[in-house]
Amino acid sequence: MRLVIAVFLSWITLSAHALLTVEITKGSAKPTPIAVVPFGNTNGLPEDIQQIVSADLDRSGLFQTIPKGEMLSQPTTQKEVYFRDWQRLKVSYVVIGSMSTSPDGRYALHFELYDVLSSRQVFSGNTVGQASQLRDIAHAVSDAVFEKITGIPGIFSTKMVYVEDLGYAGPGRYRLVFADIDGARERVLQASKLPILSPVWSHRGDKIAYVSFETTRPAIYIMDLATGRKTQMTNFPGLNGAPAFSPDDTRLAMCLSKDGNPEIYVMNIATRQLQRVTDHFGIDHEPSFSADGRSVLFTSSRGGSPQIYQVDLASGRPERVTFDGEYNARPRITPDGKSIVMVHRDKGIFHIASQDLKTGDMRILTETLLDESPSVAPNGAMLLYATQQQGKGVLGAVSMDAGVKFTMPSRQGDVREPAWSPFLK
Amino acid sequence: MLNTLKTVFTLIAVLGLLSGCSSSKKKQEAAPAAAPVVETPVSQGINVDALKAAADAAGNVFYFEFDSFVLTEQTRAALLAHAEYLKAAPRSLRLEGHADERGSREYNMALGEKRAAAVKDFLASQGVSSAVEVVSFGEEQPAEKGHAEGSWSKNRRVELK
Repeated sequence: MRLVIAVFLSWITLSAHALLTVEITKGSAKPTPIAVVPFGNTNGLPEDIQQIVSADLDRSGLFQTIPKGEMLSQPTTQKEVYFRDWQRLKVSYVVIGSMSTSPDGRYALHFELYDVLSSRQVFSGNTVGQASQLRDIAHAVSDAVFEKITGIPGIFSTKMVYVEDLGYAGPGRYRLVFADIDGARERVLQASKLPILSPVWSHRGDKIAYVSFETTRPAIYIMDLATGRKTQMTNFPGLNGAPAFSPDDTRLAMCLSKDGNPEIYVMNIATRQLQRVTDHFGIDHEPSFSADGRSVLFTSSRGGSPQIYQVDLASGRPERVTFDGEYNARPRITPDGKSIVMVHRDKGIFHIASQDLKTGDMRILTETLLDESPSVAPNGAMLLYATQQQGKGVLGAVSMDAGVKFTMPSRQGDVREPAWSPFLK
Repeated sequence: MLNTLKTVFTLIAVLGLLSGCSSSKKKQEAAPAAAPVVETPVSQGINVDALKAAADAAGNVFYFEFDSFVLTEQTRAALLAHAEYLKAAPRSLRLEGHADERGSREYNMALGEKRAAAVKDFLASQGVSSAVEVVSFGEEQPAEKGHAEGSWSKNRRVELK
């Protein structure tokens, strides 16, 4: 089987040094040992492909790569692979490959995956890109290796957006940042001296909706990622908050208080027509569409404390979804539509929790103090969230079984509100 | 403690104004030791400068309990002073609602707005007819940066501007 992944990215990133770094705080109890052998003809390239692939696999928590120095041989072709070498190192899988350049200046990496136990080739593929896409080439290798071994699509080529607060009063204090999911190649989409918040992806991955106070009052904007063009979607008195795309990206759920109180509305993006969804004197906020687009999950204080409700858009009838704990807020549905993740307070501490929508079973996934803004990976295996480390806002990630955790400390300001992209074609 | 004292002073000031406007001149004559009094503009029998002083003394930041937009006794007393002044000297207002960092960021945006709206409603109930703009900043602009109740209690607030 051959896999050709052509990567077309129109934007060139501004800086080479990632603002976010990754620290793995908890790995799987038994990560699979794997060797990623330095790829042939990659010396002198501006990116270290072997290092990027190794870091991807390590960060998943499901793999543990062995250091280059421990390798008894460094094969780049099939005939150089001696399984005994790898059996001695107790490595389960080996990744090898070699880079070639085409006359038009494109790079092509041929790579192969070997199962040491059965002494056979599992997979071979090619990934192609421009000189500016060497990181994309590496992430494509990681995705293929991860999927072949675990059966779960890899998320190493996905992106994220997050909000950074540089912490001083002045222009450019708040930044909406776009980055690779490993924190590299970040690019500032928008900077403002007034708050930016609530970024979310469209399901096609071509747009970001967010809230900006740049006019001194909050308004919802949609930015087209290919062109960078932004469109102001709302300008109502009061709250204009928490945008969320419908599964088909034709509608935007949001919270507005233009009628006197925070209520949920759904806007048709093309016609700007509004449908009011809730009507209660409490706080109704933080809408998120269900997987079928027929209902909206939201946070409401109508029962006395914040809890999650689901309202059918046709009937307008809300039903309470969460019952565990005194504070459950900001629901996000998992890609399979079967669970929600949320901010959950237990004994005064704010965690990220998940709840099975059918059984109602709740599971606490994080144990730090001020966790918020969960955003689930498109493969449903992990989520990103915002937390604090030594008083500073950082991003964290946790697997949906709570087995794997890592944090992504920031070199600059407080970072928060991560939004994980869908799979990008 | 300081806040309590402030409230007491505010109440005294407000009550003094309500009950003593017409008799203040006589009192001044009867107290020769008092400092010289500068004549202040009086509109319809109300001493606007004194009302302003009372409103200033009441402060323009009002604090709330966690996840609550209920006005405290202190806040209501302070707002009474502001209401009297605003009725005598109307101006447009901006009420900025804020929340502490705990809990969900967007929900806190709504909480900030409910807090500012509670202040707006209270002022209206006291007869203030000024144009009021309500803006919530949620937890985005804390007054203090700390991550404990000492700071959080300062951040759950409405600022009258």
